[in-house]
Amino acid sequence: MRLLRIVPDNTRFDFMRFRRISFPVSALLSILAISLYFFHGLNFGIDFIGGTLMEVKAKAGPADLATMRSTLGTLNLGDFHLQEFGAPDDVLIRISEQPGGDEAQQQAVQRVQKALGNDFDYRRVEVVGPSVSTELLAYGTIGLVAAIGAILIYLWFRFEWQFALGAMIANVHDLVLTIGFMSVTGIDFDLTSIAALLTILGYSLNDTVVIYDRIREMLRRYKRMSMPDLLNVSINATLSRSIVTHLTVAISLLALLLFGGQAIHSFTATMMFGVVLVGTYTSVFIASPILIYLGVGTGRMGGAEEPEPEPEPQAAATPPQRARARR
Amino acid sequence: MLFFTRWKAAAILLTALVVCLFALPNFFTEGMAKRFPALAQRHIVLGLDLQGGSHLLLQVDASAVRKERLQSLTDDVLRVLRQARIPFTGRAIVGNSVQVRITRDSDIETALAKLRELSTPMSGILGTSGQRTLDVNESGGLITLTPSDAAITERIRQSVDQSIQIIERRINELGTSEPTIQREGIDRILVQLPGVRDPSHVKELIGKTAKLDFRMVDLSMSAEQAEQTRPPPDSELLDGENGGKVLIEKRVLVSGGDLVDAQPGFDQRTSEPVVNFRFNSTGARRFAEATQANVGKPFAIVLDNKVISAPVIREPILGGSGQISGRFTVQQANDLAILLRAGALPAPLTIIEERTVGPGLGEDSIKAGMRASYAGAALVIIFMFVTYGLFGLFANIAVIINVAMIFGILSLLSATLTLPGIAGIVLTVGIAVDSNVLIYERIREEVRAGRSAINAIDAGFSRALATILDSNITTFIAAAVLFYIGTGPVRGFAVTLGIGILTSLFTAFTLTRLIVAYWVRLWRPRTVPI
Repeated sequence: MRLLRIVPDNTRFDFMRFRRISFPVSALLSILAISLYFFHGLNFGIDFIGGTLMEVKAKAGPADLATMRSTLGTLNLGDFHLQEFGAPDDVLIRISEQPGGDEAQQQAVQRVQKALGNDFDYRRVEVVGPSVSTELLAYGTIGLVAAIGAILIYLWFRFEWQFALGAMIANVHDLVLTIGFMSVTGIDFDLTSIAALLTILGYSLNDTVVIYDRIREMLRRYKRMSMPDLLNVSINATLSRSIVTHLTVAISLLALLLFGGQAIHSFTATMMFGVVLVGTYTSVFIASPILIYLGVGTGRMGGAEEPEPEPEPQAAATPPQRARARR
Repeated sequence: MLFFTRWKAAAILLTALVVCLFALPNFFTEGMAKRFPALAQRHIVLGLDLQGGSHLLLQVDASAVRKERLQSLTDDVLRVLRQARIPFTGRAIVGNSVQVRITRDSDIETALAKLRELSTPMSGILGTSGQRTLDVNESGGLITLTPSDAAITERIRQSVDQSIQIIERRINELGTSEPTIQREGIDRILVQLPGVRDPSHVKELIGKTAKLDFRMVDLSMSAEQAEQTRPPPDSELLDGENGGKVLIEKRVLVSGGDLVDAQPGFDQRTSEPVVNFRFNSTGARRFAEATQANVGKPFAIVLDNKVISAPVIREPILGGSGQISGRFTVQQANDLAILLRAGALPAPLTIIEERTVGPGLGEDSIKAGMRASYAGAALVIIFMFVTYGLFGLFANIAVIINVAMIFGILSLLSATLTLPGIAGIVLTVGIAVDSNVLIYERIREEVRAGRSAINAIDAGFSRALATILDSNITTFIAAAVLFYIGTGPVRGFAVTLGIGILTSLFTAFTLTRLIVAYWVRLWRPRTVPI
């Protein structure tokens, strides 16, 4: 049967040519993302700033947000926020952290429940007091930093330091852009978002490592090829695999996005952006050329050459002659 | 790479089979499951976000523990100095310490020595750790006793242990199915109530310390006078049943700790709901003494520093049993009986985090998760088949076994499956496919470079496996960090992601190779259909 070939064999696309564009563009986008974070801010969920989250479903017909707002407005709850959540009869109520410590949060929930009465089905109630929210925020940040550190050390063992550093810069850049995305879209930033960020980190590194592995192999085989050429060869060689893998992950995430329901919507949307869009771009256009700038392969003259003979694959495909050994 | 001894092949297949079998108990009903040994009965636990229920995180009030320690320390200081007949003044709690001034300079040494005896060494992991429970210092005749931080931490730890038992007793009376009550950290308790859709009743029961005391009402002055001036040194003002304040002696005549039973009932005369209680012999004796000495005077029943009832003693109660009435509803009488039977919490507990999911949302989440999984799996299988043909089929078989193994391991660990956990499994399918893709693309390359079919396949495997290992480890590190810092649903995601990576490494290194190896042996292909 004719198989699907998304990427033709023996592509020779010159990716490195774009590095003079891709670096400034990335730098610009990163600065944009960072300024978005500081000026526009992230939509922090109750996991990190405390407060109450209630998902209620109107028992009869679509929910009347306006009436609900005025009812809750009389309760003196401070900042609160109502929005439709997936269906017209589904409402998400978010109440900011009440002054008065952990006890006050509980009392706020009771007041809301009393005010809204029996017209609503309480699908979900989440209350996070000040003690827990500060901890979760601290743990989340520490976790991200720790993961970056741990992976950096691991890469240092497996590759040379330029590779480890290059991978880290590329992937932290991924995280920065994803955070910018979350800022622009106003997606809820809670504990599942940290999960998404960590997964994006792990998965994008996965991708970068595959390309680096190939680059390392090429560096051994072709001793004189110039770096840009060598990098192009490496990326072209792994292009088919990258596209196929990115497509399968995109398909999985698409299934989650379409069918997974509102509850994990922000999680899957973030992953989609980070893994599929940004991850692919950085592995090819940032992580590889950055090796040139970090000084890998300086002193290569360039020009045509014969590759070094490859070491033969170690295990033979046929079983060893055991009968003879027994004698 | 393509050679497998019969033993090795058998071992791989057996391992995969056994692990997959562990996933089966999830489909058994209760009745069927009981016929198997305990190991086979382990199954996946649905997280609260999938089965509905309530998750409550409680924290012991550390300042209350400290306050109580300082209070008993002042009492100890009084006792010690009185026994040694050392005059003193200014015994008071100041900040985190108890201070006392020794009147006569000549007594300072003795006082110091006696008070030092109150401090006991604390035991560490390897015997005595050199830490003591109290720091005793003296300057200019003023002795300061400070409970050490280690001692307070130890007390908090003990409070948590006690509280867990008491909460268990309270919750068990309510009949919730399989609640989880466990320690979290030094000063926190995690309570998980599956299937409970409205935790307010449970929260009420857990929130009350339920410390019951019987004390005498202080009649030396009226409550209003005491409010305006100052209450006498051994009495205090407490909230009364009717909203006003009552002046009560601090001295406890009988404490709730001596209660041996408490049952809800109805007053014979007024038909009001009441709680009937009974003391143990010590309590009965003390109660008898107190009531004999105070006939005609009111005594107060104090619950959590609030007077719920202050009846007048009509006659001495020698039988050690009595009745508490306080305008209760039937529910309140029931609850109070539960609280008294379970015992008083050593320190107040605050709810610092609550996550309750109703069963409606739980069911919807499961349905959504299942739909997404089937859709994702179907799409990926079709895609792999279309892209790699026969080898795509091999990869699909490996991935299906992979997912079955994930469920098997989750069952074996009795791990909790949450909605993000299901997302993790769907994602793992994508990642598992990547390992196979790496191998197949490499094989394609080797074929293009001119190798024979078998050599190309062999080279493809050997070259790709190192890359597969490296790339999966980085994702695994991310999953491990997430497991450590995450809680609840997020932790469920880390668990399935981590397990998924391990199983996909296993299937890539063994199963896919095995299938291809046997295919090569049976078909002896000239070309690779990839």
